[in-house]
Amino acid sequence: MKRDYYEDIQLFKSGTILFWSLTFMIFLFTIPLYATDYYIFLLNMIMVHVILAVGLNILVGYTGQISLGHAGFYAIGAYGTALLMMHLQLPFFVALVLSAFIAAAFGFLLGLPALRLEGPYLAIATLGFGLTVMHVIGRWDLFGGRMGIKTPPMDIGLPGANYSYVLSSERGMFYLILMITVFMVIAARNIMNTRVGRSFVAIRDSDIAAEVIGVNLTLFKTLAFSISAFYAGIAGGLFGFVLGFFDPFTFNLILSIIFLVMVVVGGLGSIPGSIAGAVVITYLQYDLLKNVSEMPYIGEFLVNISNRWFTVVGLENFNSIALGLIMIAIIIFEPLGIYGIWIRIKKYWMAWPF
Amino acid sequence: MFGQLIIEGLAIGACYGLFGIAVVMIYKTSEVVNFSQGEMAMVSTFIAYHILTYYHCPFWFAFIMTMVFAVLLGIVIEFAFLRPAKNPSTLGLIVITLGAEMLLMGIAGWKWGAEQKEFELPVSYQMTHEPIEGVVISDWAIGIFISAAFIMVVLYFFFKYTKLGVAMRATQQNQNAAKIMGIRVERVFSFAWGFSSLIGAVAAMFFASRATLDPNFMMEPFMRAFAAAVLGGLMSIPGVILGGGLMGLIENFFGYFWPEWKPIVAFVIIILVLCIRPSGLFAKHYLKKV
Repeated sequence: MKRDYYEDIQLFKSGTILFWSLTFMIFLFTIPLYATDYYIFLLNMIMVHVILAVGLNILVGYTGQISLGHAGFYAIGAYGTALLMMHLQLPFFVALVLSAFIAAAFGFLLGLPALRLEGPYLAIATLGFGLTVMHVIGRWDLFGGRMGIKTPPMDIGLPGANYSYVLSSERGMFYLILMITVFMVIAARNIMNTRVGRSFVAIRDSDIAAEVIGVNLTLFKTLAFSISAFYAGIAGGLFGFVLGFFDPFTFNLILSIIFLVMVVVGGLGSIPGSIAGAVVITYLQYDLLKNVSEMPYIGEFLVNISNRWFTVVGLENFNSIALGLIMIAIIIFEPLGIYGIWIRIKKYWMAWPF
Repeated sequence: MFGQLIIEGLAIGACYGLFGIAVVMIYKTSEVVNFSQGEMAMVSTFIAYHILTYYHCPFWFAFIMTMVFAVLLGIVIEFAFLRPAKNPSTLGLIVITLGAEMLLMGIAGWKWGAEQKEFELPVSYQMTHEPIEGVVISDWAIGIFISAAFIMVVLYFFFKYTKLGVAMRATQQNQNAAKIMGIRVERVFSFAWGFSSLIGAVAAMFFASRATLDPNFMMEPFMRAFAAAVLGGLMSIPGVILGGGLMGLIENFFGYFWPEWKPIVAFVIIILVLCIRPSGLFAKHYLKKV
């Protein structure tokens, strides 16, 4: 029972939540002490996707606008950060934030047609945007063309002032990305508790009603696109350094779909949900389904099926099949995603004997 | 030169239009944008390829088998994936069809591998005629014009005079009223999906014989066809044919002058058109009632 506005907007609703959050943070900060390099890489990837999924959820889950073009913003962030550092010798943080702002500017531009579009029309417009970015980057020599580019060393010092501090290992990057991720997630959580966030939710529930009660649709719809693109830009900039190398075709339509899947699987309109979705989908994509034939329990079975009816070389496509089935199943059986399951479990145990 | 560009543009435009009809057919009846349309057609084309290459059957037999398969595929996808969803939102429907797309793409990649294959129609792209000086028209173009015209005429009479066609129009206008009048809406949806899958498979065969056959080959044509359908307003069948023709012409002319930007011209046009006319060029814009 909330009695007061500040109770509604505070970050930790109760002592229990504060305790578990702190424990979880300590756990995260000590992971590099006992995990192998491969898992640190996987965690870096997961955190990058968490930033993106949280940003995308602000747009899709909270504001109710569909985007199939987030790979475009992601690409702008990745290329922007790497190129600003390589050609203008900007410090890492300046380049990262600057390219995120460039992405946000593109988000604003894409938000303008979105003012008049909804549903399938918006889907096709954003999809067109994503593909356009991919093709433009692929054609332009400045961006390395089809060959892609290698990211410069991740130098978080000031290269101009002869003070450089290069994060070369996965572990070094881990702490930086972790801090950025925590900051971005808390920022998103707080944005959603302000007037801006509440306006987003009002627009999702009914844009006409929101306009009637005085929400400026033009401002807040474009703002939702910009914020979401900003998150995607930050995530893209970090992604480039985690991977070390990328080409334009990394940022294809399938990637946009995977981003959307993260949000939908995690739970629309919930920040813990988008974190869970990003973790699950990234784990499936980069670890479990990477080598299908070595999967526990069903790997051998799948190889047998492949020999019998399909081709063994095509077995890697099982990844895509699994993802497709997850997408369909989550909409049919649990439209609220992982967060919905969590809520149900919580309710069940809160009222347990009954 | 211009005549040549126009013929080529119209031919590929007719292909987009034909595939766009498949998209419109589903959207008109059930208000689902089917993102898996391209992949449904791709799998059907692979079936034709499989029958032709491994069993060496004559083309007409492979064609009939493919059409039967396409209809069944459409019905199965509607029945298995869309029907169980309870009151899905627009986003939910888009995610389901995107999921079906990934699923079909994965199955095709698993079965036939990712390498590009040749697919040949009896109407070849290489066989050309020159009816007027300087204007070359290929058998392929003639084939697509005839198929598109035939399907248009069939659809016109189907929607106008048959019981099922009228039922489909009624379902589109008001689902609940249609139910009250004794129309089994679910069956209408199944039929729409089957029919649309069939039309898509025909168009995909033309696309495959012009380019190559691989599990990704329908992605770009699907985008263009969808863009053409959006140009035409996503609701009217003459609109989508006009939109397809327009799209083919613009793309061909643009590709002639600036070939490096050909892949994106369709999307730039789409975004611009949607900015000016949010419901497409040839559709009336209905304001949402609260």
